[in-house]
Amino acid sequence: MTKEKIIAVQNLSKQFGNFIAVNSISFEVYKGEIFGFLGANGAGKTTAMKMLIGISKPTSGEALVAGFDVKTNTEMVKRSIGYMSQKFSMYDDLTIKENITFFGGIYGLSRNQIKEKTEKLVSQLELEDAVDKLVGSLPLGWKQKLSFSVALLHEPKIVFLDEPTGGVDPITRRQFWEMIYAEADKGTTIFVTTHYMDEAEYCDRVSIMVEGSIEALDTPKNLKKKYNVASMNDVFLKLARNVE
Amino acid sequence: MKRFIGFVTKEFYHIFRDKRTMFILFGMPIAQIMLFGFAITNEINNVNIAILDKSKDDETHKIIKKIRASEYFNIEQDIVNENQIESVFQKGKVKAVLVFETDFIKNLQTLKQAKVQVITDATDPNMANTIANYVNSILLNYTQEINKNSKASHLIQTQTQLYYNPELKSVFNFVPGVMTIILMLVSAMMTSISITREKELGTMEVLLVSPLKPFQVIIGKVFPYILLSIINATIILLLGFFVFGMPIEGNLFLLAFESVLFITTALSLGILISTVSNSQQTAMMLSLMGLMLPVILLSGFIFPVSSMPMALQIISNIIPAKWFIIIIKAILLKGATINVIWKETLILVGMTVFFIVVSIKKYKIRLE
Repeated sequence: MTKEKIIAVQNLSKQFGNFIAVNSISFEVYKGEIFGFLGANGAGKTTAMKMLIGISKPTSGEALVAGFDVKTNTEMVKRSIGYMSQKFSMYDDLTIKENITFFGGIYGLSRNQIKEKTEKLVSQLELEDAVDKLVGSLPLGWKQKLSFSVALLHEPKIVFLDEPTGGVDPITRRQFWEMIYAEADKGTTIFVTTHYMDEAEYCDRVSIMVEGSIEALDTPKNLKKKYNVASMNDVFLKLARNVE
Repeated sequence: MKRFIGFVTKEFYHIFRDKRTMFILFGMPIAQIMLFGFAITNEINNVNIAILDKSKDDETHKIIKKIRASEYFNIEQDIVNENQIESVFQKGKVKAVLVFETDFIKNLQTLKQAKVQVITDATDPNMANTIANYVNSILLNYTQEINKNSKASHLIQTQTQLYYNPELKSVFNFVPGVMTIILMLVSAMMTSISITREKELGTMEVLLVSPLKPFQVIIGKVFPYILLSIINATIILLLGFFVFGMPIEGNLFLLAFESVLFITTALSLGILISTVSNSQQTAMMLSLMGLMLPVILLSGFIFPVSSMPMALQIISNIIPAKWFIIIIKAILLKGATINVIWKETLILVGMTVFFIVVSIKKYKIRLE
C-alpha cells in the first residue's frame, strides 16, 4: 500500500523578533494516520500547528496541507481541515442543536445537511434527551466528545486536535480515543498535540519537539527501542534532558 | 448571506440569554432618561422659602401673594426677626428667606425705590442661583405692573430672550446627552466586550480557523449591535418627545443618518478596543475609562466646553461624542439641515475611517 502524503512540511520556521519559536522543521503526515505532535510547553508545537491551520504566517519554509499551500491558499486549507481547541470551543449559552447549526452554517452546510448531521451525531453520542439543553450544563467529557464531532461536521480530510483531553477523567479519555480511532479508520487524518505521554502510545507515529526543533519522529515502538526505554514518558524525558 | 444570518442569529442568542447584557441594553436607556428627566433637573418646583416682612403693608402683601401663587415657591413660614434666619436655614426646611425692608411702601412711593433682600442657603450653588433668578423675575414682573399704572417710571429694563429653549428646560440638554452616552456605551463597550469574550473563550480561534474571513466575523458580531443601538436611539427620542416634550424640529432622515453615523463611529472604536485587549475585563475598563468618562465630562453634555481651560478644549475636539452632541442638538432644537452641520458630520466620518483603518492594521499584526 502506497502512503498518500496529506501534510508535507519543509524547513518551516517562525520567528518573533529575535526569538525563533519554530526552527526549520520538516516532516510528513500520511492519510488516515494518527499523528502525535508532542513537546513541552513553549517547545513551539502550538506555533507550528497555528501555521498549519492557517492562522499564523510562516517566516520561511513550505507547508502543504491537504495539497494546499498554507501561505498562498489559506482559504482552501481552512475548508479542508477541522479544528478542536483545548478550550472546547463551543458556546455555553447555546443549546447542542444551536451549536451544531451554527458551526455547520459557517462551514457552508445546507439546512438539510445540518438536520441530517444533527440527528446522526446526537444518536451516536446518545444525547437525544439533551439536544435542547445548553452546552454549559453538560459535563466536561460530553462537551469534549461533542466538540470533536462538531469539528468533523464538514467531513474534513484532517482534524487538528489541540490538547483535546486536558482535565478529563481516564475513562472519558479512553472513550475519546475510541472515537479518534473510529474516525481514523474512515480515512480521516488526525493531528493531535498532547501532554499525556500514555496518549502518545496510542498514536501511529509521534514527533517530539524540543526548543523549536523536531528531535525525534517515529512510531512509539521504534522510539522506545531506539532510546532503550520502556515507555514514551522515558523517551520524552531522555530527549528533554539531552538538550539541557 | 446564509452564513451571515446564521452568525447573527447566534449573536442574538448570546445577547438575549444574558440578563446583564439585556439590562445594559434596554434597562439603562430607560432608567437614565427617567432619572435625568425626573430627578436630576435644574428647574425648581415648590421650593420652601420663609418670609421676613418688616413692613407688612399693602405692597408687600401683594408681592407675597404673587409669590405664593407661583408654582415655584411654597411659603413654609413667616419669621419675625433676623435672628431666626440662621436657625431656619440650619433646620434645613427652607432654601431661601425673603426680607422686605421696613417702610417698604413708603420708600417705594417717595424714593421710587424699595429693597427686598433674597438670602439663599447656598449649600447647593446652582439651586441658589436659580432661586435668586426666579425671585428676581417675579419682582421684575411686579414692578412692570406698577410702572404701567403710575406712568412715572423711567426704568431701563433688559429683556432677555432665550431663543431655542425659552423655559430653560433641562430636558433639551439631557435627551441628546443621554442618547450620546447610551449609543457610545452600547456600541463601543458592548461590542468590544462581546468580541473579547470570544477571544477569552477560545471560540475566536475556531472562527478564524473556519473558512469565514476575519472581517466577516467582525461584521457578524457588530451587526446586531447596530440594530439594537438604532432601537435604543428610537426609544430615547420617543421618551424625550412624548414624556418630556423634547422638540424634534429637524428632518427625521437626517437625524437617522447622523445617528447611524455616530453608531458606526462608536462601533469602530469598540472594534479598536477589542483588538488591543485580551480579556473582557480589560475591554470593559478601557471602554469605561477611555470612553465613558470623556463622553460625560468633556463632550459638553454636563460642563460647557467653551468654559473649560484651553487644554481641555483642545482635547475635547478628539472626542466623537462632542461632535455628535453638537449635531443632534442642532437638528432637534434648531431644525438644522446638512448645510449647517456638514463640518461636524465630516469630522465624525473622518474619525470612523481612522478607527477602522487602525483596527485593520492592528488585527493584521495580531494574525502574523
